[in-house]
Amino acid sequence: MAKPKLKEHHIHRDWCKGCGICVHYCPKSVLELDENDKVCAVRPEDCICCRLCEYRCPDLAIEIETE
Amino acid sequence: MAIKDYIRERFFPHLWCPGCGHGIVLNALLRAVERMGLKKNDIVMVSGIGCSSRISGYVDFHTLHTLHGRALAFATGVKLGHPELNILVPMGDGDALAIGGNHFIHAARRNIDLTAIVMNNRIYGMTGGQYSPLSGYGMLATTAPYQNIDHDFDVVALSTAAGASFVARSTTYHVQQLTDILEKAINHKGFSVVEVLSQCPTYFGRKNRLGSATDMMDQFKETTTPIGSKAKEKDPTLIERGVFVEKDIPEYCAEYDKVIERAMKKGA
Ligand SMILES: Cc1ncc(C[n+]2csc(CCOP(=O)(O)OP(=O)(O)O)c2C)c(N)n1
Ligand code: SF4
Ligand code: SF4
Ligand code: SF4
Repeated sequence: MAKPKLKEHHIHRDWCKGCGICVHYCPKSVLELDENDKVCAVRPEDCICCRLCEYRCPDLAIEIETE
Repeated sequence: MAIKDYIRERFFPHLWCPGCGHGIVLNALLRAVERMGLKKNDIVMVSGIGCSSRISGYVDFHTLHTLHGRALAFATGVKLGHPELNILVPMGDGDALAIGGNHFIHAARRNIDLTAIVMNNRIYGMTGGQYSPLSGYGMLATTAPYQNIDHDFDVVALSTAAGASFVARSTTYHVQQLTDILEKAINHKGFSVVEVLSQCPTYFGRKNRLGSATDMMDQFKETTTPIGSKAKEKDPTLIERGVFVEKDIPEYCAEYDKVIERAMKKGA
């Protein structure tokens, strides 16, 4: 099976509470919290689409869309 | 169907604190239900009272938000009336094993086909951090400022002894295992118990100086091990994860149908 390729990180800013769980467990350091404590994909080119951020988010606030 | 089709988006963002493990349980449960391809109309979620029990407000299934400790009693009624439905019963550790402890052991003993999910954060979150039967010896809580002297239940051993025919444990760190286990538990015919170690950073974490939500999840990673691992032999304090019991024994609703049949025959 071909490796999934990232299309976009969908971030629900209204739902994100800035807990940092997705940031802490991202194996490729793709994510960071911004000055408002909302998650941002700062290095999307490094994302391997493992979806660990999506699976562990307690607020259903981040979703990975692949091509 | 996508995950979002199974929730009531109008109630989001939900009321749980930042980093609360209960949201991860919701996330894993939605993924299990989606993977199984269950229809929303074929699921009933019955909950009691507590932060954990608020989960029933967020899912777009049939839902009942009932009384503290009594979710299994209501669920038993629903299941006997509609045995064809999948009944999910998420409970807090206080809800399930303090006030609801009696309902819990008897539902297990009857082997009625319900999926009990114990969202174990080792404290009463909703009411401000009182100790629960799962806090454990030596831990701190609002009501145990000089350390708790009560010993905790082992949910797996208790459920197994009470007769549950499916018993498993996972954590909010191990989300993929948790999703797989929830799927197995829902598929199982009989009383299923899934204990999920879940973090309450606001009370259990803060009282016991366990750090942030991610620190607490890291502790779930470090203090648990798969059932029967080598690591457990070396360090018996490690908590085992996985499926402990999975057995096929007569289920309560099916047995009740037989009672009706016998009674009808006799009456005819
Ligand atoms: C009959 C009754 N007794 C007490 C309460 C108060 N009460 C509400 S939630 C709760 C405990 C919550 O703890 P737990 O079940 O562990 O869930 P959590 O909030 O930690 O998820 C208590 C004692 C109540 N609502 N009803
Ligand atoms: S895990 Fe979810 S709520 Fe927490 S920072 Fe990431 S997107 Fe936001
Ligand atoms: S999908 Fe994996 S690699 Fe990509 S941002 Fe999420 S956790 Fe990081
Ligand atoms: S008090 Fe604890 S259990 Fe309740 S929502 Fe906050 S973190 Fe979660």
